Amino acid sequence: MSAPRPNDPTQPTADDLRRLYRSLRLIRRVEEEVARVYPTDKIKSPVHLSIGQEAVAVGVCDPLETRDYVSPTYRGHAAYLAKGGSVPAMIAELYGKATGCAAGKGGSMHLIAPEVNVMGASAVVGTTVPTGLGAAFAQKRLRTGAVVAVFLGDGATEEGAFYESLNFAALHRLPVLFVMENNGLAIHTGTEKRWATDRICERVETYGIPAQRFPTSDVIDIRAATIEAIAAMRDGGGPHFLECVTYRWREHVGPGYDYDQGYRDDSAYKEWQARDQVELIGGRLTDTDRDAIDAAIETEIAEAFAFAEDSPWPEPDRLYADLYADRDFTPVRGV
Amino acid sequence: MTDTRTLTYVNALNEGMRQAMREDERVFLFGLDVDDHKAIQGSTKGLVEEFGAERVFTTPLSEDAMTGLAIGAAVSGMRPIHTHIRMDFLMLGMNQLVNMASKYHYMYGGAASVPMVVRSMIGKSWGQGAQHSQGLHALFMHIPGLKVVAPSNAHDAKGLMIAAVRDNNPVMFVEHRLLYPTEAFVEEAPFEVPFGKARVIREGGDVTLVGVSNMVNECLRAAELLQEEGIEATVLDPVSLIPLDYDRIARETDKTGNLIVVDNGWTCCGASAEILADLAERGTRAKMKRMGFAPTTCPTSPALEALFYPNPATIAQAAHEMLRPGKTYSPDPERAKLAYQVAFKGPF
Ligand SMILES: Cc1ncc(C[n+]2csc(CCOP(=O)(O)OP(=O)(O)O)c2C)c(N)n1
Repeated sequence: MSAPRPNDPTQPTADDLRRLYRSLRLIRRVEEEVARVYPTDKIKSPVHLSIGQEAVAVGVCDPLETRDYVSPTYRGHAAYLAKGGSVPAMIAELYGKATGCAAGKGGSMHLIAPEVNVMGASAVVGTTVPTGLGAAFAQKRLRTGAVVAVFLGDGATEEGAFYESLNFAALHRLPVLFVMENNGLAIHTGTEKRWATDRICERVETYGIPAQRFPTSDVIDIRAATIEAIAAMRDGGGPHFLECVTYRWREHVGPGYDYDQGYRDDSAYKEWQARDQVELIGGRLTDTDRDAIDAAIETEIAEAFAFAEDSPWPEPDRLYADLYADRDFTPVRGV
Repeated sequence: MTDTRTLTYVNALNEGMRQAMREDERVFLFGLDVDDHKAIQGSTKGLVEEFGAERVFTTPLSEDAMTGLAIGAAVSGMRPIHTHIRMDFLMLGMNQLVNMASKYHYMYGGAASVPMVVRSMIGKSWGQGAQHSQGLHALFMHIPGLKVVAPSNAHDAKGLMIAAVRDNNPVMFVEHRLLYPTEAFVEEAPFEVPFGKARVIREGGDVTLVGVSNMVNECLRAAELLQEEGIEATVLDPVSLIPLDYDRIARETDKTGNLIVVDNGWTCCGASAEILADLAERGTRAKMKRMGFAPTTCPTSPALEALFYPNPATIAQAAHEMLRPGKTYSPDPERAKLAYQVAFKGPF
């Protein structure tokens, strides 16, 4: 990185660091708690944990404003929380309770938080790339100045819709930041068995989209690139692409580790642990600050799980509720 | 007020979209070639001139992502009309339609809704063949969360279009290309044709013919042939397939005790199968029959294509067989052809 400029917004202040740490730590701890509770069978849908990958969501979402959108994946707890989605509503959703963010109908893979512009997450790989594109189209057309961060895995880049979306976003100069979380795995299959070449940034650049690679997913670097991309996009610039190389610490789906399964060993895990962003950013805080944040997070999590425990199940009549949206139409002009 | 203005189906579609776009600026119209000089057989003619390229635009050949774009735009405050020149091409957007559009409102507990219209054209005509003629509306009827409408005349084409754009759900809008030049009475002011309300187009006491899309007209033509034999047919147009007016179909079936559902699609797991299954569950005593595409792939040779679709003569023959079993009847081919001129114009 180039030498910091004075008042360079891409260089974090002490406040920024506290906020980044809070977000990283919250995601880590929420998911650890999800993993801990999982064997009790209180969580009623499969979970795809982001533990180890938090820096990507946090680096991207930290500079986003509430009016900006994110389009997350089924491995979406991190993006949901980093964008400000409610913790109790998420845990209640995982518990299948009526108070969940999707009223108990979506579960872990279908989080949504319209109040902070987290779009619906999908369990079908790649499907939220074009829906995020649609949100970006709407922002441009409605002249809101808002931007959209579309999260996707390395596997999702193999779907045709990804290339269709890149092309359209570039053609129409839509304000989309494509954020690829390259954890090198689609379930248990490495990119070497799936990609003819690993030059994804080059592929994307042929659409005229600036692409950047982050080999260790340093949260400060990702945040800095996002700040610059957002500024360009708010100014009418088109899409940007970030390849964030990261590592999934736990199994593809479920709460555990899977280094005994034979498809990978723990050597890479140890390397990634040594540069764990939660610890690295935490280490830049004073002990007092860090302890205060940690304590507040533990309280927040305990309250969220208690809320989920105490919340009611959906009533039987909710089985058919919300299949179709109500008839409620007021024309809008002057957009 | 009865309107005396007639309009073609294609112009009615155009007027419906135009009025919906004037009424609400969140509405936009997109899809392959909507803004070229052919203007989707004329249905989008003049719209880019009136509303500009921001609201009326063509797309790359990317049905999958473009369907997703419509959904993403709809959940963030827009009201897209996505146009496809053939229903066959919709298959490339199936993932988004089935996994996202239909589910979005429910799967997120009502947190967001997807007001979008997906227009697609179906229909036989000169050698279109296996991949340019399919009526696949039943695939969409199967999926909870989608609505499916199939206007059989110009009046409904306009009224359903306006209702579809105002609806807060994904609406599959099925247009039959052979209907495009047909005329009906159409009011000039914007109006809605409600979903889920079947319409009796012709009343007769002997047999009930339910026709889907242009099969309404084929049924009307069959009814004329039957009349010459002293058989009176009721012709019923479901107008929308989801929601479907099961009660009205049951009532009209009870009145005659004989039902033939003629679909513009295959019978297996189709709209006709669904209607008959519902009546069977109600314990109807009516005689019932399904007609639709022959259970094979649509060929291009006219010698074979003619055998693929129900037509006024085959529909009339089926009704005749139901009412007078074993009595041979084959309508004079010239009379059957003449009947081909009939089309329903109203009143509605
Ligand atoms: C269209 C589709 N194909 C296959 C699957 C099964 N599947 C679920 S997750 C996954 C791997 C996706 O990998 P990637 O996009 O890299 O995301 P990650 O799980 O690593 O976050 C697959 C193949 C699916 N859900 N959707």
